[in-house]
Amino acid sequence: MTHEILMAGFGGQGIMFMGTLLAHAGMMEDKEVTWMPSYGPEMRGGTANCSVVISHEPVASPLVSEPTALIVMNRPSLERFEGTLRPGGLLVVNTSLVDRRPERQDVRLLEVPANEMADRLGSLRVANMVVLGAFVQASRVVTLHSIKQALPEVLPQHRHGLIEVNVKALEAGAALASGGQ
Amino acid sequence: MREVFTRPKSMRKVVMHYCPGCTHGIAHRLVAEAIDELGIQHRTIGVASVGCSVLAYEYFDCDFQQAAHGRAPAVATGIKRVLPDRVVFTYQGDGDLASIGTAEIVHAAMRGERITVIFINNAVYGMTGGQMAPTTLVGQVTTTSPGGRDPRHCGHPIRIAEMLATLEGAAYVARVSLHDPAHVARARRAVLKAFRTQLEDRGFALVEMLSSCPTNWGMSPREALRWVKEKLIPQYPLGEFRVPEEEARP
Amino acid sequence: MGERILMKGNEAIGEAAIRAGCRYFFGYPITPQNEIPEYLSRRLPEVGGVFLQAESEVAAINMVYGAAGAGARVMTSSSSPGISLKQEGLSYLAGAELPCVVVNIIRGGPGLGGIQPAQSDYFQATRGGGHGDYRTPVFGPASIQEMVELVMEAFEVADRYRNPVMVVGDGILGQMMEPVVLPDPKPLDSLPAKPWATTGNQGRPPNVINSLFLDANLCSRHNEHLQEKYREICRREVRYELVDPEGAEIYFVAYGTTSRVVRSVMNRAREEGIITGLIRPITLWPFPQEPFERVVERAKAFLCVEMSAGQMVEDVRLAVNGRRPVHFYGRTGGVVPSPAEIADALRKVLEGRDPGA
Ligand SMILES: Cc1ncc(C[n+]2csc(CCOP(=O)(O)OP(=O)(O)O)c2C)c(N)n1
Ligand code: SF4
Repeated sequence: MTHEILMAGFGGQGIMFMGTLLAHAGMMEDKEVTWMPSYGPEMRGGTANCSVVISHEPVASPLVSEPTALIVMNRPSLERFEGTLRPGGLLVVNTSLVDRRPERQDVRLLEVPANEMADRLGSLRVANMVVLGAFVQASRVVTLHSIKQALPEVLPQHRHGLIEVNVKALEAGAALASGGQ
Repeated sequence: MREVFTRPKSMRKVVMHYCPGCTHGIAHRLVAEAIDELGIQHRTIGVASVGCSVLAYEYFDCDFQQAAHGRAPAVATGIKRVLPDRVVFTYQGDGDLASIGTAEIVHAAMRGERITVIFINNAVYGMTGGQMAPTTLVGQVTTTSPGGRDPRHCGHPIRIAEMLATLEGAAYVARVSLHDPAHVARARRAVLKAFRTQLEDRGFALVEMLSSCPTNWGMSPREALRWVKEKLIPQYPLGEFRVPEEEARP
Repeated sequence: MGERILMKGNEAIGEAAIRAGCRYFFGYPITPQNEIPEYLSRRLPEVGGVFLQAESEVAAINMVYGAAGAGARVMTSSSSPGISLKQEGLSYLAGAELPCVVVNIIRGGPGLGGIQPAQSDYFQATRGGGHGDYRTPVFGPASIQEMVELVMEAFEVADRYRNPVMVVGDGILGQMMEPVVLPDPKPLDSLPAKPWATTGNQGRPPNVINSLFLDANLCSRHNEHLQEKYREICRREVRYELVDPEGAEIYFVAYGTTSRVVRSVMNRAREEGIITGLIRPITLWPFPQEPFERVVERAKAFLCVEMSAGQMVEDVRLAVNGRRPVHFYGRTGGVVPSPAEIADALRKVLEGRDPGA
């Protein structure tokens, strides 16, 4: 099985970090992974997206044009990428920042009020981790355990104080996803 | 009611791509206002360089050429030699002008090329993500001087205005700052003078503008302006380093 | 061998250079390769090396000339517009027979172009690029692991033949992360001796690094020597990958990033019962002739896919030499051909039509 995941939002939402963590967790599970960011000045305050591919075989193209899972962190990303998701794919929507329902009926929908949930945990900045926790729980691309294991590897040493709140956010997201199933 | 903020005629109605708090926008405005005031919009040709201002041709409502990195003064020379009665200006960053383009700027000034150069000194490479520039301050941390600029390893910051002012071909050379309204007003006068120098056929003219790059300095727009005032100006003193001869006479 | 670590392509290039014994880097910022100089500006001082940001690419390549002539393992990197500026220096390096490694993370051109991935510098890379009759070996890796190995190998090949070696990638290979296993560093005392280097002529006659031969006969003899060297490189340094499954009739030809998109297409085609092969040149110069000989009898047609308007396809045509149809599909300017587009091109070739038409 090859998972082709596209995550999109605006700069500053931690999209790249979310993707890096997922790729790292995949690697720790001895899978083949690739992580590919959008790059260049378009990222300045604008949109940010990244593709992660996780597979049991060597990854062919690291570019994801028709994802098997799509994570949208804001409304413009839903507008831009909703149509690309493969039928039967998983669509994770940050409902805090997306004020419309997706149009696609042929996909699995997971709605996460990530900003509200992160706010309740005391840090808006972990909204990305709430979403990632929910996504991992719903997709089982990697285990939540691996994501937690990857945190200290990916976070620079001087940010290790943030691990705890990140873990809480991951767990809150995962709990939401398992409750909703 | 008095309109306090109108768009200069020679500026297009488009949204600029500069980061919030970047003073490139102010510099553009000063140039456009000078062009309007002198009534030269339809005989001015701009030359855009390679840097954050690479899209300048989308913002100015006049003819424009886009030049290779550092080569704007050579391109401007070509234009001016073909069209000596037109007004030609370049708009260049400090990577563009003070690094890769030093040969072109020095020789345009030496030849007394009748062009006006707007030189944006923000002490880093903006467009490419904050690498060290020749203008980077000693000790300043950038993505290619992670331990701070070490003068033993890569020299001291280059003072372009002072250097070019040693050349007879340079008729007007000034350094201004864009960090507060009073200084912007002074910068405005310098830009006007630089264009007049060309219109009066006196020689090469350059205005160096100390400008902010909050994005790559990792500061808020307000902090960045303060940094211009407190850190850049002491290294790069403001003033006119060369003025056209008649004016210089008492 | 160490553990797998997740690394960005550009940073992996920097680390590979260090592990190959490179201690000197001269470069100038340009997207999408900035992480190479940025990484080395941190790492080289840690290992006693020197990172210097030059005032331009012209200066950078000439710093490389000086350092290579002084006997060092040295590298520079850039992207297309900067590589154009390095062509003068490359010609001098080739003429003076100096080893170095030049990385080009290609972006869409011509002119300022854009910063998105492209393969449109193939001609420039494989035909010498600057003035004069010279060639540089060109490596075109398709994964970060391969990039690490080829960057290290590039230093060996450069020293072996006293010639610049190029490694070409694009913004995808430079910006993406993949797990890599970093090879052990080469011990510095195992690097080849360079008795020709200008290190001060204590106890020996002076060494001169030079590409000037005013006498036409001498210049011609120098050229013949270079050509003999290039012929040897063609004999010994060709690298390629051939994917040749039973029953393949159409063979893709693609390198670098494009070869990976092609693999996605091949995987999906196989699910539909269409079996295809792939010739993936790893050295773009010398271009691999051998895999074409191995499959040309069986092949119905070749389909070359590039991120260019069609550059490598000329070498493919030379290799196939009219024996089978050679088709081409490409996207330009920084657009990566999508799997759907390539699949469409494949369908046309299967139907006997030309996808380019
Ligand atoms: C030959 C060449 N080398 C490098 C580049 C990459 N490049 C784009 S903009 C830039 C410098 C930008 O810095 P600066 O001139 O200081 O202007 P700023 O972006 O700060 O306004 C560079 C090096 C290029 N386009 N062409
Ligand atoms: S990167 Fe710096 S110079 Fe460029 S637009 Fe942003 S603030 Fe201005």
